[in-house]
Parts: sequence; C-alpha cells; structure tokens
Amino acid sequence: MSEKTSKTTRGAAKLALAAVFMFSFGYLLVPLYDVFCDLTGLRFTDEEAVALTPQELQEDSSRLVTIQFDVSMNQGMSWQVKPEMREMKVHPGRVYTTFYSARNKTVDEMVGQAVPSVAPIAANKYLVKTECFCFDNQTIAAGETVNMPLSFMLNPRLPPNVNLVTLSYTFFDITKNVSTANQLDSALAYK
Amino acid sequence: MFAIKRLNAWLGLAFISVVSGSALAAGQPINMTPGVTDISAEVYDMHMIAFWLCVVIAIIVFGVMFYSIFAHRKSRGVTPATFHESTTIEAIWTIIPFVVLIALSIPATKTLIDMYDTSDYDMTVKITGYQWLWHYEYVEDGVDFHSKLHTPNSQINNDEEKGENYLLEVDNELVLPVGKKVRFLITSNDVIHAWWVPDLAVKKDAVPGFINEAWARANEPGIYRGQCAELCGRHHGFMPVVVRVVPEAEYKQWVVENAKPESATEYAAISE
Amino acid sequence: MSTVAAGDHHDHPESPYSIKRWLFTTNHKDIGTLYLWFAFIMFLIGGVMALVIRTELFQPGLQFVDPQFFNSMTTMHAIMMIFGVVMPAFTGLANWLIPMMIGAPDMALPRMNNWSFWILPFAFAMMLSTLFMDGGGPAGGWTLYPPLTLQTGDALPFVILSMHFMGLSSIMGAINVVATVLNMRAPGMTLMKMPLFVWTWLITAYLLIAVMPVLAGGITMLLTDKYFGTSFFNAAGGGDPVMFQHIFWFFGHPEVYILILPSFGVVSSIIPTFARKPLFGYASMVYATGAIAFLSFIVWAHHMFTVGMPLAGELFFMFATMLIAVPTGVKIFNWIATMWRGAMTFETPMLFALGFIVMFSIGGFSGLMLALAPVDFQYHDTYFVVAHFHYVLVPGSIFAIIAAVYYWLPKWCGNMYSEGLGKTHFWLSTIFVNLTFFPMHFVGLAGMPRRIPDYALQFSDYNMMATIGAFGFGLSQLLFLVLVIKAIRSGNKATSQVWEDAEGLEWTLPSPAPYHSFSTPPAIK
Ligand code: HEM
Ligand SMILES: [Cu+2]
Ligand SMILES: [Cu+2]
Repeated sequence: MSEKTSKTTRGAAKLALAAVFMFSFGYLLVPLYDVFCDLTGLRFTDEEAVALTPQELQEDSSRLVTIQFDVSMNQGMSWQVKPEMREMKVHPGRVYTTFYSARNKTVDEMVGQAVPSVAPIAANKYLVKTECFCFDNQTIAAGETVNMPLSFMLNPRLPPNVNLVTLSYTFFDITKNVSTANQLDSALAYK
Repeated sequence: MFAIKRLNAWLGLAFISVVSGSALAAGQPINMTPGVTDISAEVYDMHMIAFWLCVVIAIIVFGVMFYSIFAHRKSRGVTPATFHESTTIEAIWTIIPFVVLIALSIPATKTLIDMYDTSDYDMTVKITGYQWLWHYEYVEDGVDFHSKLHTPNSQINNDEEKGENYLLEVDNELVLPVGKKVRFLITSNDVIHAWWVPDLAVKKDAVPGFINEAWARANEPGIYRGQCAELCGRHHGFMPVVVRVVPEAEYKQWVVENAKPESATEYAAISE
Repeated sequence: MSTVAAGDHHDHPESPYSIKRWLFTTNHKDIGTLYLWFAFIMFLIGGVMALVIRTELFQPGLQFVDPQFFNSMTTMHAIMMIFGVVMPAFTGLANWLIPMMIGAPDMALPRMNNWSFWILPFAFAMMLSTLFMDGGGPAGGWTLYPPLTLQTGDALPFVILSMHFMGLSSIMGAINVVATVLNMRAPGMTLMKMPLFVWTWLITAYLLIAVMPVLAGGITMLLTDKYFGTSFFNAAGGGDPVMFQHIFWFFGHPEVYILILPSFGVVSSIIPTFARKPLFGYASMVYATGAIAFLSFIVWAHHMFTVGMPLAGELFFMFATMLIAVPTGVKIFNWIATMWRGAMTFETPMLFALGFIVMFSIGGFSGLMLALAPVDFQYHDTYFVVAHFHYVLVPGSIFAIIAAVYYWLPKWCGNMYSEGLGKTHFWLSTIFVNLTFFPMHFVGLAGMPRRIPDYALQFSDYNMMATIGAFGFGLSQLLFLVLVIKAIRSGNKATSQVWEDAEGLEWTLPSPAPYHSFSTPPAIK
C-alpha cells in the first residue's frame, strides 16, 4: 500500500512539474514567436540585415518596385512626422537613403519610438534596413524639427508578383517609460 | 402522470413548429450577402456550398439516426443486436469525410490566395481605427477625414423614432470609384479594431503599431454598410463603416472638391 | 492539516448539516457534490448575466444598461460559464464517478482534492467583486486581448489573480484525475477496459495540465505589462499585441476541447445503456479522442484568421482545423451505429444524450464552415460564431452534464427522479435552446457583430426571438433544480442496477453508493 502511495505521489509531482514547465513554456512562446515571425516574415526582427549573400547584393536594374512610405501616430503621440517622399521607385539590390522629418509641437522634450511594419506580409523579409531611426528611440526638444535618416534596400529575391511595398512607421510616445528607466538606472548606479 | 405525458407530446410538437416557424418569420435578412465584388461572390458561393454540404450530411446522418430511433425501439419488441465494431465501416467513414474536406479546401485555398494578392492596385486608402471612429486617408489623392457615427443620441436613447439606417450611418462616407482595385492599409491608434464591410468581403483587424493589408474592387455603385468587428471598448457597437461606391468621374470630382492643398504645402515646407 | 488527515478514515460521514464536514471533507463523493452544487450556483449567476445581455438586446436602442457594463456582462458571463460551470461540473462528475468506475475506494490525492475545490469559491467571489470596483469589472471580452484589456480599471489585478486561482484549481483537479486513473484501478481494469468517461477525462486532464499554465503565463504578462513596465504586448517596447492572441488561443483551443471531451464520455456511457447494445467502436472512440486532443494544439490560429497572418499560416491553420472535424465525425457515427439495431428506450438521460448528438452536430457543422478561412472573414466576430459556440457548449456540454446528472443521480442519492418532469425539462430546454441560439445564425450571417449592446433595425426580430428563448431556457432550469431536490429528498427507491442494461462497476454498488466506494477491489470480468 505504501509503495503505491509513494508511486502516486511521485506521479503527481511529475505532473506538477509538467505544469510548471508549461508555465515557462508560455514565456518560451515569446522567443518562439520571433522565430515564427522570422520564418514566415510576419514581423520585423533585428537580425534581418545579417543574412544577405553577395548575390543578393547585386543590383537588379531590370526591375522597378514602388516603395510607399507611411507614418502613423499612436494614441497620445503629438509629433508631426512626414516622410521626405511618399513614394519612391527602387531597384532591388541597391541601397537607398531617405528621411522622415519629425516636429515636436509640444512645449516639452519628448522621446518617441518608431515601430516599423511592412505590407504586403510577403515583402516583409525582403525589405532590409541598413540604417533606421527605428533602431533607437528619438529625443526631440520642445518645438524642434528633426530629420531622421533611413537607408534600406530590397532583397532581389523579393517575390516577383510584388511590385509595391509599403513601409509604415508608428510613433509611440515613450517619454514616461524612458524617464522612469533613467531614474531606475541612476538609482542603481548610485547604489 | 398522464397529464405530464400529454404535455410532453405538446412540447414535442411545439418544438417542431418553433424550428420551422423561426426560419419563416420576420422576412428580415437571414443569409450572408453575395456582395458586390468578385471575391465576395466567391466567398458567398463557398459559404453556400459548405452549407448545403452540411445539410446533406445532416440529412443522411440524422436520417439514419431517426430511422433507428423509430425502428429500433424496445416498445416494438425488437431484440438488440450485439455487434460492436467493423473495421471496414470505420475506415470508410473516416476516409470519406477526409476526401470531402480536401475537395472543400481547394476553392478555399484559391480564394484565399486571391485575397492576399494586392498587386496591380489602382489606389490606396489608409484606414486608422480610433476609439470610436475611423480615419480615412487617400494616399495618392491627398484626401483625408474622420468618419463617425451619425445617428443622434435621441434615437439611441429611444426618445425619437429610429431612422432606416439606425447605427449604420456616418457623417463622412468613404467614397470609392467603381471598378477600381482599392488597396486598404489598416491600422489603429489605440486598441484593436476590425474594419468590416460585408458587401466587399473585407474584414481585417486594425492592430496598433502594425499595418494590415486588404483590397476590394466593387463592381457596382451603391452604398455599403458595415461595422467595427473587434471589441474595442465602450462604444464598439457605435463605430459603423459606410462606403459609397460611385462612377469614376464622380469620384474624380469628389476628390477635387475634398483634397486639402494646405496639407500638401505643409508637407512641402517640411521636406525642404 | 493533520485534522483533515484524520478525516480520511472516518467510516461514516458526519451529518450533512455540519459545515465542518463539507469544509474539511476529503471524500470523493462529498467533493463531487460540492463541485456540482457550486457549478449550479455559478450557472444561475452566469445565467442572470446572460439575461442582462439578452434583455438589453431585446429591442434596438439602449434601454437598460450602460454599454461598458454590457461589455462587462459578456466578459463575465463567459468566464463564469467556462471556468465556473462547465469545468467544475466535469470535475464534480469525475470525482463522483471515476473511483466508482475503476473500482477504487477514493481519489488518489484526497487532501489536494479538498483544496482544489475550496479555492474556487474564493476565486469566483474575487472575480464577482470586481464588478463593484472603480472602473467596473473586466470588459475586454473573455479573450482578454490587449491593449483593450489593459484599459481595465482597478479590477485588472484581481481578475488576473482570480483566474490564476481557477487555473490552479483545475490543474490540481487534473493531476488528481491522472494520478487516480493511473494508480488506483482495480486489478484487471486495464486501460482499454476503462469506460470512455474515464478515458475522455484522462485525456482532458492532460490537456488541462498542458494549457492552463500557458494561460497563466499569458495573463501574468498582461499584469507585468500594465504594472511593471514590461512590453510583451506593446509594440513601442518591441512587443506585439497579436502575440497575446497566439498565447491565448494556444490555451484557448485545447480549452474548448476540455469543455467537450468529458461530454463525449458521458454520451458514450448513456447511449449503449438505453440502446441495450455495447458501444460501437470502443477502440476508435479512444483513438479519436486522442487525435482530437493532439490536433487541438495545432489549430489555434483559426480564431485569428483576420488578424493578418502570412498566407502560409492561414492555409496551415485552415487545413488543420478541417482535419479535426474527421475524428469528431467518427464519434458521431459511432454513437449512431451503437443505436442501430438496438432496442431503445427514451428515459430522460437518453433524451438529453440524443439532443446532444443532434445539436452538438449542428455546432460541428458551423465549426466546419468557420474553418474555411476566406469565408471566416465574413463569419468572424459575428453572431454566427456566437451561435456556433453556444450550440457546442449549451446543447453540447451543458446537455451532457444534465444527462449525466439524470443518469447517475439515482446512484448518488438512492432515489429515482420523476421521469415525467424530466422529460418536460428536456423538451422545454430543447425548444428554448433552439429558439435562443438558432436565430443567431441568421443575424450573424446578415452582418450583426458580436459583443454589441445595440444593433441595426434589420436584426431586431431574431434578437427578440433569442431573448424570449433565453428567458424560457433560464426558467426551465429551475424545473431541473426542483426535480433534483425532490429526488434527493424522496422518490422511488433505486435498485443498485438502476437502468436495465447499464454496464460498469458503478452499477454493482448499492444505491445510494456507500461513502467509500470499493474498499476491497472488485473482480473484473
Ligand atoms: C468540428 C469541430 C470544430 C471546428 C471545426 C471549430 C471551428 C471553430 C472556428 C474556426 C472558430 C473561430 C471562429 C471565429 O472566431 O471566426 C471557432 C470558435 C469557437 N469554437 Fe469551435 N469548432 C469546433 C468545435 C468546437 C467545440 C467542440 C467547442 C467547445 C465545446 C467549440 C467552441 C468554440 C468557441 C468557444 C469559439 C469562440 C471563441 C471566441 O472567439 O470567444 N468549438 N470554432
Ligand atoms: Cu470595435
Ligand atoms: Cu478553436
């Protein structure tokens, strides 16, 4: 009987462990989601620039693709942001540079974060940004206007039926988050 | 006891009349719209195929079941059989549904591929969801405006009689040219919304921080009404979508009247 | 805890009127009873919420409640019904039946059993109390999508904490079921001899252990996003609100099978008894259940077809979802083959089981339609989906639970219920459930979104119908309450066999079943 009891207890402990594992698995889904996004090209990740082979860096001058630049402000974000151009015709395999200009209309210094997004989804993997204001957050003083550069190229492997790619940025106001983080940092440094 | 038996018989009868009655009542719409785009027609056909397929399966399966309920009842003095498996039969009714499903998924795959193909578009409209209205921006034509519910509160609060398009009317309609492939870029300013117009068979989530893409080519002029389809807070039920599809010339005229040159100059000033 | 341990070996229960007995009980039957009554009370509370919703929707226009409160009602109603009714009711049935069915004296972990029940009243009291907090109860839908859910007022941490408790309770219950089934079977009760109810519950328990913690993870991320500055679901910090949906539905789709698999077990017990014929395709039933459980992990994104997935993802989830209809179909076919050439009688449990087969199938049909991704763009987030999941859950899961209560009640309390009233209950429930939910297909297809407190005029007739049906259905359940109480108090004495041709170990015990089921293991044929 007691042998049976201990077997039961061991079994139950294993199951409890499985539950704990599944709880961590929930968190594991976060990096897994990035992998999923990479594989399917659903969302941007940071490594995208790395994987280019030399052939992919050959300019394909026979092909012209339209790039559309777009921008949105998230809730509470009061900057005025405009792309230098709304549209550009580009050859895959060549690096182009343009910029977005942003004006902080408020009377306070603000920090913004731009989040890039691409349509159609099929083009996501093939739009490579070599330099982007979205890599870092941007601080703009009260009333100032800043030009924020963007360099990008299209991977020549872009599916042939895609002749238009929209690159859209959404700006978020992260002034508060940054200042609390700074406070936290300095508090820790002080210690 | 007898009374309860009789009551139960009546209830059985009532059940049948409720089922058939509810389908006949009212004369209000009970089915999906075939819509006004090629895609919406395909979607409608697929819906009807799937529906009739379900009806046929239901007739067969429930037919067998009700026959059995009728014929194989103890009160008829039958002795029960004892069989309890048959590999052949079980294999058959695993494989047949499988084949039927594959057949069903072929047209679905085709339509889905078409829905994802936004190439060769004629114009782009950017749609942004807000709590609780929509913002439309005609990317190439330089028009942009907000569009929100136009039904007066007095109707919603029952102080006044409700109009014909109660809750499905807006102050500024989305005007689109007929026969043009319009690409929609959909995003949100705050929480997730979903932009839905049944007649265009377009429903796409508006996710803050990301853009989604959809497209439609309306074949007929007309006014098409839809609603936000993703719970977005207190007034989720009150952010309709109204699309007015007009002949191309009329659209061009509308653009001329509504384009905002000042936004273009401001833009130019900044990019200098 | 030592006082509780002492309770284990009482041979006779204390008086049913002693609070201490119920608070400290470790007896599987007592705990089963507690679970079932708890589920019934939650059913009434969740039902009142449903009636608030239906009352507001009786006519177009805002009549009775504020839209925010309306949203709170839809959210709470779903949480109550899923976590407070169907899941506890199944756990109650498992507690009562599994030891009896496998020839065991009790559950394997009786003290944990006590805990897993008594967590629930606190969890749900906390959940309900959020309705009175600043900013109202949760109103972002039971799916808790951010960023909307992060707009919840003071209620959010309490909602999340109470959901953690619900999850904890069901994980403990699941561990107990697995431990019991794997360790406590009487000699000779091999796995492939177990009644299907035990099988379906075993698989359900594994599903619970696998996915409840994932939900816990997801809602914890919500909490830290809101209060501790993380950015799991916030694009500004590199997160993505859509990721929550993936995490939620990775839990959510297996969850819907958690809500149905034990019903399959119940129906598989009832049909053979009243057809007087052994269950057709026992082995394929077991495999089909396994297949459904497995597939349920790879179909989650069919809830997210409109979220903007890559084409390949969309296609994959469409195919996988359609595939899941195959094992589900196999089950239906097996039940009908069981009836075929049987000698059927139609006592109340059989009526509910037959109602289950027909109406669950209707829900399955609409599920199949929903699986077609391009068509789901039209169905998604409309009343068509509402009709779908109510058909599988109300005349599905709930009918199966009611059928189970009628079927085993004589074994539990030793008295027969009133057959005539039981049949009335069946017919009333069936009429009203269809009157409530069938018209929802119509308005959904015609374009009515779900989760709205007011609607356009062309949806008014069918909404009125649904509201009338809902009140009828709700009132009919009071008949059930009366009937059960009457049977507990008096009624014809039940034999130990109860049903002429019922098979299974539970029918070898006297009615009412003794406080400890099988103190010595029974012999298995
Ligand atoms: C034949 C098997 C089934 C199939 C193919 C199926 C398919 C689907 C699909 C595609 C959706 C998403 C619809 C949408 O939101 O656009 C859905 C929703 C749902 N299904 Fe099923 N389903 C099946 C069986 C079940 C069962 C057995 C249950 C539970 C007992 C269930 C419960 C639900 C629930 C609760 C929802 C809605 C969740 C929500 O959005 O709140 N389904 N089903
Ligand atoms: Cu909305
Ligand atoms: Cu699902």
